[in-house]
Amino acid sequence: MAAFADFWATYSTLVYSVGIHALLALSLWLTLSCGLLSLANAAFMGIGAYTAALLTLNLHWPFPAALLGGAVAPAVVALIIGAPTLRLSGVYLAMATLAFGEVTRILILNLQITGGPEGLNGIPLLTTGWHIVVILAVAGYGLARIRRSRLGRAFEAIREDEVAARLMGINVESHKLAAFTLGAVLAGVAGALNAHFTFFISPREYGFENAVDILTMTILGGTTSLIGPVLGATILTLLPELMRFLHAYRLAVNGLILVVVVLFLPTGLWDARRFRQLLKNRRARKGGQP
Amino acid sequence: MSLLSIRGIGKHFGGLQVLEDVNIEVPGGAIFALIGPNGAGKTTVFNLVTGLIKPSSGSIAFEGRDLAGVPPHQITRLGIARTFQNIRIFPDMTLLENVMVGRHHLLNYGGLALLFATPAFREAERRSRERALELLSWVKLDHKADATADNLSYGEQRKLEFARALATEPKLLLLDEPVAGMNPSEKAVLMEEIRNIRDRGYGVFLIEHDMRFVMNLCDRVAVLNFGRIIAEGPPDEIRTHPDVIEAYLGRGDEAEVS
Ligand SMILES: Nc1ncnc2c1ncn2[C@@H]1O[C@H](COP(=O)(O)OP(=O)(O)O)[C@@H](O)[C@H]1O
Ligand SMILES: [Mg+2]
Repeated sequence: MAAFADFWATYSTLVYSVGIHALLALSLWLTLSCGLLSLANAAFMGIGAYTAALLTLNLHWPFPAALLGGAVAPAVVALIIGAPTLRLSGVYLAMATLAFGEVTRILILNLQITGGPEGLNGIPLLTTGWHIVVILAVAGYGLARIRRSRLGRAFEAIREDEVAARLMGINVESHKLAAFTLGAVLAGVAGALNAHFTFFISPREYGFENAVDILTMTILGGTTSLIGPVLGATILTLLPELMRFLHAYRLAVNGLILVVVVLFLPTGLWDARRFRQLLKNRRARKGGQP
Repeated sequence: MSLLSIRGIGKHFGGLQVLEDVNIEVPGGAIFALIGPNGAGKTTVFNLVTGLIKPSSGSIAFEGRDLAGVPPHQITRLGIARTFQNIRIFPDMTLLENVMVGRHHLLNYGGLALLFATPAFREAERRSRERALELLSWVKLDHKADATADNLSYGEQRKLEFARALATEPKLLLLDEPVAGMNPSEKAVLMEEIRNIRDRGYGVFLIEHDMRFVMNLCDRVAVLNFGRIIAEGPPDEIRTHPDVIEAYLGRGDEAEVS
């Protein structure tokens, strides 16, 4: 028991970070599942973080209500910018969402209410491990349910062939908007949780580097199942701790990982389909059965 | 009244006039073929009917309803489904999922039913899966239901696309060169299936290159050449129509006419 207390005292922050990063990676997983390469989720995280923090700091809202605020605010923004942005595809969408992220960061940097470059200080420490575990579990469950429904199938169909999906009776525009907005909700909640356990937030945490961070986690882990993003988030949260000397090169390391994964491991580390195939081959070799 | 009415349709892409004053009446409960040399504009007709592109002039009506301004997914919901000349399946999805995508608009449970997997949700999904399996067994692919679609041979992919189109429960099925790349026995089987569909009361509107296939199968034929309809009627009339013979002879395709 004492050993656990020691461990927790040293590593709880790291465990919290893994959970929050997993939530972020899942938020991007959802957006990607509809074929949308979005770099807006770091900004949505920031909008959620600032909204929730301002609600508890200034208006003294109870934590659950502030979390809800941190989910709704980015969703509203996603609905507004989604309609014009989501007509773009591929690299053009990535560029547009990147621009949106920068605009958001600069806005946070220059507004009065957000505390400008100094950010917000003294945010009450309301996030507990249970909050993260429960919310991560609920998110995972919700995403798993979506996968096994008409909604998840529609997202996947759109990703694989937009024209064919359209002619299967799927309203492509509204589904893209749904994936984008639900992704914003998850990112916003992650931001709200993060703000209430780090005590302090500033615009620096929601910029381009963080967008690439989230993308790297998701792509490294793999997007063929929900396990991939969680795995990628875990690795990329623990790795910098193990290799602190690389900290200054974080963006370069992320870029390198992205390139290597895209070139040599396009389905990521965790590919359910490849595992099934391997298992099948092994069984075939052993049993000699087809 | 015909199921699908194409009236005075013209279509140009920039300076290229692809269709000119095309009139086609597709009846219900029959197999109607649109034939013509490569590049005549046949696929463009399908793209117009399904709403993927807009006509430069003229109008299209389905069951008497004008389709102008109706988006493609709504046209599908009205009862028009299609297959593509260059197959467009969902390669990373399983066969079962491919076909279940076709039932998207027929599953109308809400977000809460989905999240809590209510009995209504599970019942709707179960029935949808059953129907999808039924369609897969109809095209003899049910034994591969859980394989991903990119594992299929060319002919199998065509059959999967066919099952997926039927899954939308259409009243009119548009088939763009459905037997291209199939061997003779596969062709014979698909021909039988297309007849089956017709006999169940569906309308079938197909584009075909293989004249023999068309003449044996279809109730009516229209011939498109350089963007214009040059003949329309029962297969026997078309076979002996001088303009048709010339259109095909001019292209060196005479072997296909006989
Ligand atoms: N989207 C498009 N943009 C420009 N030209 C097109 C487009 N679609 C078809 N065409 C042209 O229209 C002509 C007819 O094409 P298509 O309808 O595919 O013929 P078919 O199916 O009879 O072989 C071709 O010359 C083709 O290049
Ligand atoms: Mg064609």
